[in-house]
Amino acid sequence: MRIIWVTLRTTFTVAIVCCLIYNIAVWAVAQSAAPDKADGSLIENAEGQVVGSRLIGQNFTDPGYFHGRVSSIDYDANGSGTPNYAPSNPELLKRTQESVTSWQAENPGVPVSELPIDLVTNSGSGLDPHISPEAAQAQVPRVSAATGLPAEELERMIEDNTQGRSLGLFGEPAVNVLELNLDVQAAVEAR
Amino acid sequence: MTTLSLISIAVTLLIAVLLAKPVGLYLAAAFDYGPNRLNRVFGPLERLIYRISGFREENQSWKSYAAALVVSNAVMILLVYLVLRFQGALPLNPAGVANMEPSLAFNTAISFMANTDLQHYSGESGVSYLSQATVLVFSMFVSPATGLALAMAFIRGLSGKGAGNFFADLIRALTRVLLPVAFVSALLFVFMGVPQTFESAATATTLEGAQQTIARGPIASFLAIKELGNNGGGFLGVNSAHPFENPSGLSNLLQILLMLLVTSALPFAYGKMVGSLRQGRVLFVSMLTMLIVMTGVSLSTESAGNPVLNNLGIQHEQGSMEGKEVRLGEAQSAFYSVITTAAETGAVNTMHDTLTPIGGMVPLANMMLNTVFGGMGVGFVNVLMYALIAVFLSGLMVGRTPEFLGRKIEGKEMKLIAVTLLVQPFLILVPTAIALATNPDTISNPGFHGLTQALYEFTSAAANNGSGFEGLGDATTFWNVSTGIVMYLGRYISMVTLLAVAGSLAAKKPVPAASGTFRTDTAMFGAVFVGIVLIVGALTFFPALVLGPIAEQLTL
Repeated sequence: MRIIWVTLRTTFTVAIVCCLIYNIAVWAVAQSAAPDKADGSLIENAEGQVVGSRLIGQNFTDPGYFHGRVSSIDYDANGSGTPNYAPSNPELLKRTQESVTSWQAENPGVPVSELPIDLVTNSGSGLDPHISPEAAQAQVPRVSAATGLPAEELERMIEDNTQGRSLGLFGEPAVNVLELNLDVQAAVEAR
Repeated sequence: MTTLSLISIAVTLLIAVLLAKPVGLYLAAAFDYGPNRLNRVFGPLERLIYRISGFREENQSWKSYAAALVVSNAVMILLVYLVLRFQGALPLNPAGVANMEPSLAFNTAISFMANTDLQHYSGESGVSYLSQATVLVFSMFVSPATGLALAMAFIRGLSGKGAGNFFADLIRALTRVLLPVAFVSALLFVFMGVPQTFESAATATTLEGAQQTIARGPIASFLAIKELGNNGGGFLGVNSAHPFENPSGLSNLLQILLMLLVTSALPFAYGKMVGSLRQGRVLFVSMLTMLIVMTGVSLSTESAGNPVLNNLGIQHEQGSMEGKEVRLGEAQSAFYSVITTAAETGAVNTMHDTLTPIGGMVPLANMMLNTVFGGMGVGFVNVLMYALIAVFLSGLMVGRTPEFLGRKIEGKEMKLIAVTLLVQPFLILVPTAIALATNPDTISNPGFHGLTQALYEFTSAAANNGSGFEGLGDATTFWNVSTGIVMYLGRYISMVTLLAVAGSLAAKKPVPAASGTFRTDTAMFGAVFVGIVLIVGALTFFPALVLGPIAEQLTL
């Protein structure tokens, strides 16, 4: 019985320290030192309207925008997930073949051998905000044709929105699709 | 896979290795009841906590120590269960999440208190901010603290000291290790982009004019203790694959280092506490060797990719990208899957269900062996159990009474160890067979992979890891109840039996080492130790692995 009584009192003190004080201390420092990041790295347009988060991918289907990765949840950021297809699952092959076929239809000038695998595979989160630099490069002819922007300008935008490896070493180079498309949108509107 | 990504993995391992010894020496000092500098720093605060909690820092008997551990954890499981059941009516619930149903709350309460964090709910919709920030964070602090207390008591037993005081060890683990490190790393995570807010989900109008609701919350504080405490439960559904829970290569690095921080330091803490650092170093090197081999196997198979997709003629230099994130890439994803199962954390930055078959077998093997560092405290106690077995078998071979650190290992200890050893395969293989026979409709992938899904779920539960092959339809009463029971037994049976071993050894009179004594601080012993781990593991689980991942790889 004594153990139960001590447990209840210990639970109380630990809850005060680990739940209340710890959470609120982290929250207070975070909100005062880096409020933008603490709130989810949201991006606002010139009118102050939230257009998305720098860290969360969006669904792009317009040929005049760069497209992101396959998402079984259609980039619904109120959840997250993937279909969890095993390598041996026939559904995986079927879905990928469909992606390759529609890629061919949308990008007639670019051979399949230049289609990087990240564009036809489902990301882990279903919300991947990035594609590989090669995957952005492969879409330049299509976006250029749809928007009238010269290929060199699009390539410069890709470079601007490519984040390298952290500390030059950790992770992989990645292009932020939303930020890239914001630049595309601005350039189209400026014409 | 590029040379650069190989270097990044080597650098990560190097940092972890360099941290292990200083952290280990710190741990040894932190749990020393005698007067030292740390006690002067933390003492006043801890004595206040002791007074409010109603206990004193006095030695318990081995039985009382074990009873305090099991009973306190059981009471806390009940409290967590109650909050989850009634979260819908409690405050701090901006998303209007409903009460958790009984079997899911049963599973979740055990899961978090047993340091497993198998999640059969999705963080965005299944739990309120209150549940996340209070009961789940509470469990994520208390369960690793319990594991660390167990390890310290066990090591005290091997060195002939008393067990210590469970509640004092629990508080020391919190004040001296978990809270300070978690606080600093939570802030680092915020600066890397992880949200920490109590505001409800954000709403955005996308470039193409659609509405996007973006779930967020107090993620950074949750994430820090999730990794540091080898818990692994994600704030968001897809865990550390979610860009909010792992925004960059840098946050990925910090997560890997946090997972290894305490568990890789424990061998050195042990060496210091038993008075011979060499004893700890040989175990550390043995485990590191196994870890490097596992990493090598995983990297080579993941970078080769999935032949089925590669045959489509697309550019596949990035390796197998299904279920992976671009910013992390194939190499860091495969590496993370090895670390998270070696350190029994269970956080994932890639979907393990989508790993290539052999790439998925490596995490499975890590969890089955449960000795490649292993989870917070419990992993190292498991390692010491295998060390005792290695000494015992070596002793039998040369016909001497086996001794470990000068204490004779006799029938009583070996019986307890044999029970502990047999419980794990029983908890994995029997429920897997039952699940396959009774619940085949919950398995999402066809063929050999389906068997691996069920096998992985119970292995993860029994080893208190918590990662999953998430295609499995595990949010049913059958899976909630069965894995709940497996997690509970997987955690507490071995804790009790191994505390009994420690108590029994502590009571023995040490015999002085002689020329014929089998030394346990040499490379020779390290090799025997690894051999025993692999032989026991292979004999137990090889047939299941052949039917699952190995068969699947052969069919691709």
